[in-house]
Amino acid sequence: MSEITMNSNAREDSLVLDIRNLTIHYVMEDATVEAVNGIDIQLEKGKILGIVGETGAGKTSVCLSILNLIPDPPGVIKSGEIYINGKNILTASPKEMNRIRGKEVAMIFQDPMSSLNPVLTVGDQIAEAIKIHAHCSDHEAWDRAEKMLEMVGIPKERMAEYPHQFSGGMKQRVVIAIALSCSPALLLADEPTTALDVTIQAQILNMMERLKGQLNTSMLFVTHDLGIVAEICDEVAVMYAGRIIERGTLVDVFNHTKHPYTEGLFNSLPNIEDRKSELKPIPGLMPDPTKLPAGCAFAPRCPYARPECIDTPQTERSFSDTHRVMCSAYNDPSFKIEREEID
Amino acid sequence: MYRYIVNRVLMMIPVIIGVTFLIFFMMDLAPGDATDVVAMEYSEEALQQLREDLHLDEPLLVRYFIYMKDLLRGDLGYSYMSQVHVWDLYVQRFPYTLVLAVSSVLLGVVLSIPLGILAAKKNGSLTDNACTVAAMFGLSVPNFWFGLLLILLFSKILGWFPSYGADEGWKSLVLPAITVGIDTMAALVRTTRSSMLDVLRADYLRTARAKGVDERVVINKHGLRNALIPIITVFGGQLGGAFGGAVITENVFTWPGLGQSLVAGIKARDTTLVCGFIIMFVIMISVTQLLVDLAYAFVDPRIKSQYASGKTKKRAQKGGVQA
Repeated sequence: MSEITMNSNAREDSLVLDIRNLTIHYVMEDATVEAVNGIDIQLEKGKILGIVGETGAGKTSVCLSILNLIPDPPGVIKSGEIYINGKNILTASPKEMNRIRGKEVAMIFQDPMSSLNPVLTVGDQIAEAIKIHAHCSDHEAWDRAEKMLEMVGIPKERMAEYPHQFSGGMKQRVVIAIALSCSPALLLADEPTTALDVTIQAQILNMMERLKGQLNTSMLFVTHDLGIVAEICDEVAVMYAGRIIERGTLVDVFNHTKHPYTEGLFNSLPNIEDRKSELKPIPGLMPDPTKLPAGCAFAPRCPYARPECIDTPQTERSFSDTHRVMCSAYNDPSFKIEREEID
Repeated sequence: MYRYIVNRVLMMIPVIIGVTFLIFFMMDLAPGDATDVVAMEYSEEALQQLREDLHLDEPLLVRYFIYMKDLLRGDLGYSYMSQVHVWDLYVQRFPYTLVLAVSSVLLGVVLSIPLGILAAKKNGSLTDNACTVAAMFGLSVPNFWFGLLLILLFSKILGWFPSYGADEGWKSLVLPAITVGIDTMAALVRTTRSSMLDVLRADYLRTARAKGVDERVVINKHGLRNALIPIITVFGGQLGGAFGGAVITENVFTWPGLGQSLVAGIKARDTTLVCGFIIMFVIMISVTQLLVDLAYAFVDPRIKSQYASGKTKKRAQKGGVQA
């Protein structure tokens, strides 16, 4: 884990986001949900990192922690450091935090239906962020908000309308316009296209790629759609039960899959060339996040699981400069998963 | 929008007809009639004459139609008791009730909304529990008892405020306003708290925070406006109710408002006075409710579009559900 942060200074400087050993728990009266368990994420300027995983893997918690918006109570950041452009945001004062939110890091929320304030006009909601961070007049903020709205493909005549007058796809575009309004250095996109139909999805993905090109924005792209990852991400991190169990470049993870869980994800995808082939879903469910095992959380569902997987604490293993996997089975040098053998 | 307002005003007519009939019917059920007050002083013939003059010898329905005929011309009739026109009595009493109603409800609002927000923000804390318990206390303590306690402390022991009447200006108003206001306050603290609790965890507040909006603005601009609908509802109900006169409080403090007069009227079987006052009460409540409904539209654009008519109405409702 530490060798990445020990890399050359040049790389360190270009890191927009640097998360070290982050642990987030939700402490309830009768149980503690271990949502995120010691993850590290490093993201360079202009790169898009896809975070893939099932519902409940801790993806949204990671995003919210970067804005220091974990609902507290019950959320507690147990340990870890989060640096944005070198600033540790977990020790920042509320005032400093407000300067970072929206300006340096912005987030596109998952559910467009509930993410917009129903009693304020769409224009007000976009202009608000601009006014806070650009310190400009109301009039100028409104003008710039109009440009943002047109950029996401909504005519500026609709600025004075309220969210309930918009369709779901348009609301999501408004949410995106808000997030992009101050050209953030880092964009957290939490399943930004899940609620949209495919045509809008494609438009939005195109728009985000354009942004990356124009503004050199870095992105954390949370999704459970591997197709989207293949489309726009440079790097991939696969999350399971609050840990990143496999990470690497797109080629590393897609073409040289190492972790049995990642393999399971690919096997669950329908194959258009062979529609007769059966889907192979991963059996079982995610473990109860209040009772995570000492060893590999995936072991109970893993076809390759060995007895020692259950209780041996896991460590990350590097397969190349970029490709790292958390799987105890590779302690046996002859271990290989099926997908790799096919390749 | 205008059609909506006109409709609402027209809807008052059946309500007034129903209410007046009920009052006539109930006053008739009570034993005795308006001549009881003077029964000791008048001879039997004089009493009979009086009954005829006031149409008290006619059957219930006839009396009702005589009253309604006058009402149609805008005439509320004469009070049996004082032989003064009911409208004049009303105009004479109403300012006192208005002052008491507005000051007590404002007192409640000014104190309760910040307290409710505070309690919601610190949900589960000592502050929250203190607010909840205080509100519970305010709701459950009977007005007459609380009024008496205030009189005991502030008039009798401390001597700061008068214990009865309305002759000493604002000083006379303080104790009755607190007595009536405690109800409004308790109701509003509870409503504000629960309404804000719903809103505080809403996704759109998270969106606002993620934009870098200051926490105070998040609560007051993004949060409170969304929590306002239930608060306005309770506020309107309290204000409308207060316009009818705080019957018990006015009697405890001998405040010369509508409530005091109404009680005297009921005791004397003064049907015209009771009926007239209650018709005015119905009108005041209906108007307040109408204003409350219009305030909804002002606060929430989704409701505003529902007030529009025809096609737009259906579309807006659909949109409202979606949002």
